[in-house]
Amino acid sequence: MRPDPEDLYRRMARARFCEEALSALWERGLISGEMHLGAGEEAVAAGVTAHLEEGDAMALDHRSTPPLVARGVDLVALFLEMLGHEEGLCAGKGGHMHLFSRDLLSASSGIVGSSAPLGCGFALAAQYLNPGKVAVAFFGEGAVNQGMLLEALNLAVAWKLPLVFVCKDNRWAITTRSREVTGGRLARRARSFGMPATRVDGTRVEKVWEAAGRAVERARAGHGPSFILASCPRLQGHFLGDPLLRVFREPLRQTLEIGPPLLRSLFSRPLTALASRVPRLGTIGKTIALLGVERYVLERDPLQRSAALLTEEARRRLEEEARREVAEAVERALETAGRREENA
Amino acid sequence: MPEMTFARAIDFALETAMERDERVVTFGEDVTMLRRDLFVRFGPSRVRQAPISEAAFLAAGVGAAMAGLRPVVEIMLVDFIAVAFDALLNQATKVKAFSGGKWNVPLVVRASCGGGYGDAGQHEQCLWGLLSGMPGISVVVPSNPKDAAGLMLSSIECDDPVVFLEHKLLSDYWLDYLGLGGRETVSFDVPEAGARGEVPSPPVPVPIGKGIKVREGGDLSIFSLGVSLHRCLEAANQLEDYGIKPAVIDLRSACPLDRELIVSSASRTGRVLVVDEDYAGYGLSGEVAALLAESGVKADFARVCTEEVIPYARRLEDEVLPNVRRIREAAVRLCALSP
Repeated sequence: MRPDPEDLYRRMARARFCEEALSALWERGLISGEMHLGAGEEAVAAGVTAHLEEGDAMALDHRSTPPLVARGVDLVALFLEMLGHEEGLCAGKGGHMHLFSRDLLSASSGIVGSSAPLGCGFALAAQYLNPGKVAVAFFGEGAVNQGMLLEALNLAVAWKLPLVFVCKDNRWAITTRSREVTGGRLARRARSFGMPATRVDGTRVEKVWEAAGRAVERARAGHGPSFILASCPRLQGHFLGDPLLRVFREPLRQTLEIGPPLLRSLFSRPLTALASRVPRLGTIGKTIALLGVERYVLERDPLQRSAALLTEEARRRLEEEARREVAEAVERALETAGRREENA
Repeated sequence: MPEMTFARAIDFALETAMERDERVVTFGEDVTMLRRDLFVRFGPSRVRQAPISEAAFLAAGVGAAMAGLRPVVEIMLVDFIAVAFDALLNQATKVKAFSGGKWNVPLVVRASCGGGYGDAGQHEQCLWGLLSGMPGISVVVPSNPKDAAGLMLSSIECDDPVVFLEHKLLSDYWLDYLGLGGRETVSFDVPEAGARGEVPSPPVPVPIGKGIKVREGGDLSIFSLGVSLHRCLEAANQLEDYGIKPAVIDLRSACPLDRELIVSSASRTGRVLVVDEDYAGYGLSGEVAALLAESGVKADFARVCTEEVIPYARRLEDEVLPNVRRIREAAVRLCALSP
């Protein structure tokens, strides 16, 4: 089988434009709470969902919109949910961290790591009720130190579940560098449970597509779970308004907020401790600087990288179609939401 | 007395305790950033960042406390404590009893709690009722900076496990982090008297299990804590228009309850309203009713609590969490029962 670059790029473009639309709605104050975007994870979402068919399940984390959009969730219902409207995907009661689509057998959760055991359950039901159907569990590399996730890796192997674990490695667990709190190597860790694990460049959709194809095929054939470790960027920080990224966007304001208390700590008594405190101040600064460098200098945008698979004409056409579709969905959602306010 | 924010008051108390006692350490997810001022001052051996592994690092807190440290373990949002429940339910709270009183666990669990900013019911719960149900634990819920500092100090000084809950509507950095994100297009109903105020320097311990009457009145006793306390005070002002003068009591600790204060106030007014942002069933409000019944106090009783999963949509959320209108209406109904 060969990938269909147009199909993959369409999935990615729709997902990206949805994330951009969400960002704009959030800025306008129309979305509440912590808005974690999956901007940067589009190639992972597209490359995996391209292999899914009706009856396959997805267990999602707090960046759940790209897989749902790539899979074909109703966009108007999705945006109405974000607006907290009763005609939303979950009647306005779930919101962006708790999106549920029974039609797509897809559920998300804001509890880090919980998608893995949930995916085991989806896979168990498939194994029993619908042989040949599979489940996918998406999570970040920050989640791999949760006990329940590690238990799920073992459970899936022990029960030979038709499950694909997709670990999106953006290198940051909230504001902590994952490597500072993670022992060993993740692919090796997954393999030690007795399942195949593949590392892929998660910004290259064709690479993700290939790896996901092998894993899904193995699951469908009843040979058990696999693990995909896909590196990808976190283009919008941990969530929109991430205070550490604001350091770069509004340096003066953030420095005035963060700076004085730090200086107070630096110079608190006993002053003899000053020498040991200076490097710690450096640790804070280094973390913020690294976050900025990775975000603004090193990050590779999966859409740009995948555009090379297409002719310029095709790319433009697909983007225009996706942009129009998303814009129309946002407009219809806002209209519906406005209608309610006028009636109230 | 210096004026400070609720959030600063808590860290001020923690800083004071760390300065006085080298055994006091703090760890949890992101603490290098969240407690960066303490990190710079005390260093990575006392302010330690943890992986997203609540079950492991909270249970490690229990072991560390048993072996001589006085850890303040941060669970970012109290909702996440579900991941680590064994550490409290079957470990921390059992040690003293199982060791015949010979071994204790001086552990503080610090977590943010509460709603009102549209984050829905996986990130906005209070859970102090659930936590208080375990024998062997204390749970404190300050409503203002002075009590926040005082209760943090008492929690650290306590020789047994204490859960310290920090309401996100009162803590400016949490609200900015999770709710505002630097936006000026959203606003929240933040009780000013709770978010900022005078704090003695050095902070003065507030005894765990001691409530305080914050408003005098003879018609009705309103018991509350945390952000709801401020909603009660607002409702009490409105109740004056109905000719109702309620006493308002800040319980400050969900566990243990201030039995003496609750009994004396309820006996005097004969009417009791519990306003609790936590769930209605099997929790604080029922516990107050049981305590009064056991003490032989005859009082009319009502409660305003959270009765369902907290929804995402903010207009729905406003109705689900205790609000001033619901408190006022419940008080009026209660007073009409036995005029």
